[in-house]
Amino acid sequence: MEVAAKLSILADAAKYDASCSSSGAKGRRGGAKGLGSTEGTGICHSYTPDGRCVSLLKVLLTNYCIYDCQYCINRRSSDVRRARFKVDELVALVLDFYRRNYIEGLFLSSGIIRTPDYTMEQLIAVAKTLRREHGFAGYIHLKTIPDASPELLDEAGRWADRLSINVELPTQENLDRLAPEKQLVQITGAMGRMKERIAEAKADAAPRRTLPRFAPAGQSTQMIVGATEATDTTILHTASELYRGPELRRVYYSGFSPIPDAAAGLPLIATPLVREHRLYQADWLMRFYGFEARELTTPKAPNLDLGLDPKTSWALRNRERFPVDLNLADREELLRIPGLGTRNVKRILAARRWHRIRLADLARMRVPLKRALPFIITDDHRPRLLNPDALDLRDRIAPKGSQTDLFETAFAALHGEL
Amino acid sequence: MRRTSIEPTFQGWREAARGLLAAGVEPRDVLWDEAEGEQPGLDLVDDAPAAAVQATARVPRAFMALAEAAACHSDAERWAILYRVLWRLKHGEPRLMEVAMDPDVHRMLAMEKAVRRDVHKTKAFVRFRAVEGEEGTHYVAWFEPEHHTLERTAPFFAERFASMRWSILTPRRCAHWDGSALWFSEGVPRSAAPSADALEDLWRTYYASIFNPARMKPRAMKSEMPLKYWRNLPEAELIQPLMRDAPARVRRMIEEQSKARPPE
Ligand code: SF4
Repeated sequence: MEVAAKLSILADAAKYDASCSSSGAKGRRGGAKGLGSTEGTGICHSYTPDGRCVSLLKVLLTNYCIYDCQYCINRRSSDVRRARFKVDELVALVLDFYRRNYIEGLFLSSGIIRTPDYTMEQLIAVAKTLRREHGFAGYIHLKTIPDASPELLDEAGRWADRLSINVELPTQENLDRLAPEKQLVQITGAMGRMKERIAEAKADAAPRRTLPRFAPAGQSTQMIVGATEATDTTILHTASELYRGPELRRVYYSGFSPIPDAAAGLPLIATPLVREHRLYQADWLMRFYGFEARELTTPKAPNLDLGLDPKTSWALRNRERFPVDLNLADREELLRIPGLGTRNVKRILAARRWHRIRLADLARMRVPLKRALPFIITDDHRPRLLNPDALDLRDRIAPKGSQTDLFETAFAALHGEL
Repeated sequence: MRRTSIEPTFQGWREAARGLLAAGVEPRDVLWDEAEGEQPGLDLVDDAPAAAVQATARVPRAFMALAEAAACHSDAERWAILYRVLWRLKHGEPRLMEVAMDPDVHRMLAMEKAVRRDVHKTKAFVRFRAVEGEEGTHYVAWFEPEHHTLERTAPFFAERFASMRWSILTPRRCAHWDGSALWFSEGVPRSAAPSADALEDLWRTYYASIFNPARMKPRAMKSEMPLKYWRNLPEAELIQPLMRDAPARVRRMIEEQSKARPPE
């Protein structure tokens, strides 16, 4: 089979994985003999009409697989066309694309062939060849296989910037049903081991050491949303455990979408994209705004409100905490104001020492006033007290028309300004 | 009114601004004029007492960094805005840079942001095409930055592609790297750049395969990759057909999936 035909099959097979950013690897360069560099934040070299960034060459080494995960197009019972790259073919492809500035590097995953160890060895061979034989200093993200031996996982970390293992589904019960070969404890166990290696390597990075740093961009994972009936409460809880325990850098949420030749027992319709965005927004709130998972949903409403961002929903449920005076409140309180992002909070705190904050200032900083006004006090604005009985408040501030909102939230999820 | 003619670079502005500040010329009395290639108003600097120049040299670091970036913006008003902020910093508002919502500071921030975005989009959307020659492969790109940013961006390419020979051609300036040194030359027309690369078909194959037709979000795509860049991206010709065919592809998938299912 020609390389082009393999590329088309093996990129198609990889496209359902959302965890494809290239951030977090700080300054490294290949120099006069090598090729490539990394910066703190990765570059998106293109976008596809699904709005996703094309940063890395995202492919599988092969889409043959001995496992049978129901949601996956590559499971052994699916009848897609199969292909497999030779190590050298893939290495050449990465270098050729990179030299033309199409990509930041490689995101390599694979179906499981023969054994988990054998598969892992093949993935490592690609990364090692790029690094050792071609002095490739671009970004490498390796998908790791939790069932592979610990020594192989360790070696993968020596060549990769980022490692990831997908938890795929938020509970073991979900996995039992749809991915019978996968064990949550095995997955989080492997993540825990990686966390230790990463920490060791960081401590080891004294100037004189020449040891390669272990996965400097940390670990990430992906959860599929909407393939089972797991609620957002469950999903956010699992995510927050992953941030706390194995200290993952990112959890990606991938709204389930129909795949060709899908297994029976899966939903026939795509998860609304807006649900995925609400989860990303909630995720930003947990990582940068001081929110706890349990604050974001309630027992009565275990899923995030699709019509309203999770920060505004939370504010409406906690009206007694508002309005907040922008000229007096501390950072934690400011971060909880709907429409006020982390960057603007920082700016307000800096400016406040020399300047009284007024509404015109907020407009200039592009704070969405319609959303923020009921919750704030400035020198020239004092909302009527938030009456818990003012039930129309939600209607007044919720965006009209789901299209605009989806766009807005896609943007917010990307940039984290909520 | 003082007509001040400067070379349109940060250096040119800085020399002139120092002199004006030392001479106590108020912002509303200065008319900034761009004179490509001409000597900046150096005489002003020479006239000013040394102590005054010294005093004016001390401005917040945040101002310098921001001003250097804003100077690359294509807005002709930038020189006046920079001088106005400088003036205010030296006349009773030393902490002005911390007030991000001040109208002048806000303009500077907005210009800096536009320049940063331009630099970022250059790094993202430059596409090299390989040209084989006697000295080996030369990678050549055509690009049209919105602001005067090529000098700011070129070092990134020199570092990332240190082992290659490359050129980035633009209508205003061209940047070249020969494996050891970076240099610049006059701008050229688009026709000076190569028009294709054999590898682009393979790249388009990849682009088409990585797109998921079940998740259309064209507005998100266009906001990150505005139309003006499309004509230099080999993959852009696929965008319309991929979008057109997507709904039918999804319908087919769902039909097949429901056919394969036993009736409930
Ligand atoms: S192991 Fe991975 S590739 Fe194989 S079926 Fe499961 S999810 Fe798909």
